[in-house]
Amino acid sequence: MSLMRILIIEDDQEAAAYLVKALKEAGHVADHAGDGETGHAMASSADYDVLVVDRMLPRRDGLAVIEALKQEGDQTPILILSALGQVDDRVKGLRAGGDDYLPKPYSFSELLARVEALGRRNRPADAETTFKVGDLELDRLAHSATRAGQPVVLQPREFRLLEYLMKHAGQVVTRTMLLENVWDYHFDPQTNVIDVHISRLRAKIDKGFERPLLHTIRGAGYTIRDDAR
Amino acid sequence: MTTLGKLVRTTAFKLSVVYLAAFAIFSVLLVVYIGHTTQRMMSEQINETIEAEVKGLGEQYAQGGIRRLIDVVERRGRQPGASLYLVTDYSGDFIAGNIAKLEGSMPRDPEVPIQIVHYLRNATDAQPQEAAVRVFVLPNGFHILIGRDMSEGKRFREVIGSALRITIAVVGVLAVLSWLFVGRRVLRRIDAVSDTGRRIMEGDLSRRLHVTGSGDEIDRLAENVNAMLERIELLMQGLKDVSDNIAHDLKTPLTRLRNRVEAALREEPSVEGYRDALEATIEESDQLIRIFNALLKIARVEAGSPDEGMERVDACEIAREMAELYEPVAEDDGVTFTADICDHAPVEGSRELIAQALANLVDNALKYGLLAMREDDGREKLHIALNVACGGDEVVMTVADNGPGIPEKDHERVLRRFVRLEESRTAPGSGLGLSLVQAVAHLHRGKLELADNAPGLIARLRLPKAG
Repeated sequence: MSLMRILIIEDDQEAAAYLVKALKEAGHVADHAGDGETGHAMASSADYDVLVVDRMLPRRDGLAVIEALKQEGDQTPILILSALGQVDDRVKGLRAGGDDYLPKPYSFSELLARVEALGRRNRPADAETTFKVGDLELDRLAHSATRAGQPVVLQPREFRLLEYLMKHAGQVVTRTMLLENVWDYHFDPQTNVIDVHISRLRAKIDKGFERPLLHTIRGAGYTIRDDAR
Repeated sequence: MTTLGKLVRTTAFKLSVVYLAAFAIFSVLLVVYIGHTTQRMMSEQINETIEAEVKGLGEQYAQGGIRRLIDVVERRGRQPGASLYLVTDYSGDFIAGNIAKLEGSMPRDPEVPIQIVHYLRNATDAQPQEAAVRVFVLPNGFHILIGRDMSEGKRFREVIGSALRITIAVVGVLAVLSWLFVGRRVLRRIDAVSDTGRRIMEGDLSRRLHVTGSGDEIDRLAENVNAMLERIELLMQGLKDVSDNIAHDLKTPLTRLRNRVEAALREEPSVEGYRDALEATIEESDQLIRIFNALLKIARVEAGSPDEGMERVDACEIAREMAELYEPVAEDDGVTFTADICDHAPVEGSRELIAQALANLVDNALKYGLLAMREDDGREKLHIALNVACGGDEVVMTVADNGPGIPEKDHERVLRRFVRLEESRTAPGSGLGLSLVQAVAHLHRGKLELADNAPGLIARLRLPKAG
C-alpha cells in the first residue's frame, strides 16, 4: 500500500491523536484539525488523498464543511465519522458529498481499510474493465473470470464479491465493507455470513492451486493479492 | 379572565348572536307578513260588505221608495255590529242613520269607490272613529252613505305590533338562555380538558380526558387526544424501559469487563497475560457496542414515524436476498434450508429493516437449532424454511424451523427486550433480536406472530402490502 496523506477533522483530541499515531504506524501521513473552520482551510490549502471528517464539529458542522469543499470542486474522497449511525444519517452524510460513512465507535482496522479503499479512488480503478491478480483474471464486461486460463464458474453474487475484492487488490476489505458494497446492506449480521460466502469463493478460485490468492487477515477482514509478486 | 369574559369569547356566544339575529329577522318578517295579509283580507271583506249593502239598499229603494229605505236604515242601524248608515237630503242635512256627525263634510262624489272618513257615532263622543265608506246619490238628490267601522283593523294592527314586540323579546331571552346554557356547558368541558392537560403536563401521563359517550365533537376530540396520549405514554414507557435495560443489562457486562482488567493487573505481569486480557476486553466491549446499537435501533424504530425513510420496496426481493445470504451458512452447518418465495410483493417500508428482521429470524433458527443439535445427538436434522406468501392484502413472511421452539407461554415474553429463555442462555446473544423484529413489524403497521411448529417455531412477519 502506497503512502497517503490523510487529514483528520475531529474535535475529540484523544481520538484524533490516536488516529494520527495509528495511521503513521500504518505507513501514512496524517494531519489533524480540531474544528470545522480549520479543517476546511487545511483541506483547501493542501493536497490530501483522503479526508476523515467527524459529523459533529465545533465552529462549523462536518456536513457543512463537506458541502463547501464539494462546491469548491474538491474531489478528495471523504470518510464521514458519526456517532449517530442510523440509516437516514448515513444517507444524509452521503448526500452531502461524503464517499463513505463509518459509525462510531469503530475499530481502527475498519477505519484503515476504508481509508485505504477510498484512497484508491484517486486512481482510475472504476474505469478499468479487467482486473488481474497473479494468474486470476476478471472481465467486468463479459462477466467472466479465469484462473490460469481455466474458466471459473461464479454465481452473480460471487462475481460481485470477487470484483470488489479485485478492485481493491492488495488492500484489506472488512466484512462490513463487503456486506455494504456487495449486498448493499448496512446492518450487522450476528452470524458470520460473509465468512461463508468468502470460503465458497475461495473454493472456486484457490482450490487445486498451489498459491492461494484470497487471504484472511485476522481481526480485520480479507484481501486478494499475489504473494509471489 | 372573568367568567363573563370567557363566555363572551366562546364559540357558543358567537353562534348565539348569529342565531338570535336570524330568528329575530325571521320572526319580524313573519309577523309583518301575517299582519299585512290579514289587513288586506279585512279591507277586502269590508269592501264586499259595503258593496252588498249598497246593492241591498238600492233594491229596498226600488221596491218601496225613500220611506222604505229610511225604515231599513233605521232598523239595521240599531242591530249590534251593524254597518254605518247616513242618509242626508240634497243640502246635506241629516235624515236618518246611526252616525251622529261626520268630520268634515259629507262626501258627495259617488264615483270614488271606497274612502276613509272620520265620524262620531254619538254627538257626545270625544274621539272620532275611522270608517271606510261609500256614497251613492238617489235620483231625488238624497245622499246615502254606507260604511264599516275601521277601529277593528286598528286594534288588530295594535295586536300584531305587540305580538312582534313580544316575539322579539322572547327570542332574545331564549337566545341569551341558550347561550348561557350551551356556553357554560361547553366551557365546563373545555375547562375539564384543560385541567387534565395541565395535570398531564405536570407529569401524570396515565390521565385521560373524560369521554361522555355522546359522540359529539368534543367527545371525538377527547378520543383522539386520548389516543395520542396513549402513544406518548407508550413511547415514554419505551424510553424508560430502555434506560432501565441499559442500567440492568449493560452494567453486568461492564462489570465483567472491569473485573477482567483488574484481574489481569493483579496477576504476575506477562506480555501474554496482558495481551489475552486486552483482546478479551476488546471483544467484550464490541459486544457491549453491539447491544447498545441494537437497543438504540429498537428505540429509534419504535419511536419512528412510519413515513421516515420509507419507500416502496419489494418484500420478495429482500427475502430472496436474505435466503441467498443465509443458504450457504445453513448448508455449511449441515442444516437444510429451503426458500419458497412468491414473485413480487410491494411494501411501503425500509429495505434495510425488513432485511434485518428476516436475518434475525433466520439467525435465531440457526443459532438455537444448532445449539439443541449439539446438546442432543439423537435430534432430527435441522431444517429451516423461509417462505413468503403474497396472496391477499398482506405479505406473510414465515421462518419455520424444527428446532427446540419456544413454549407457548413464553411467546409474548420473548418479544420483550433482553428476555432470554433459561435453556438458551448458553448461546451467544443479547435477547434483543425478536424485540427488533417486532419493532420493525409495528413500524410497517404489521405484526410478528410466533407459533408452535411441533416441533420447532414458526415466526410470521405480516406486513401490509402497498396499495
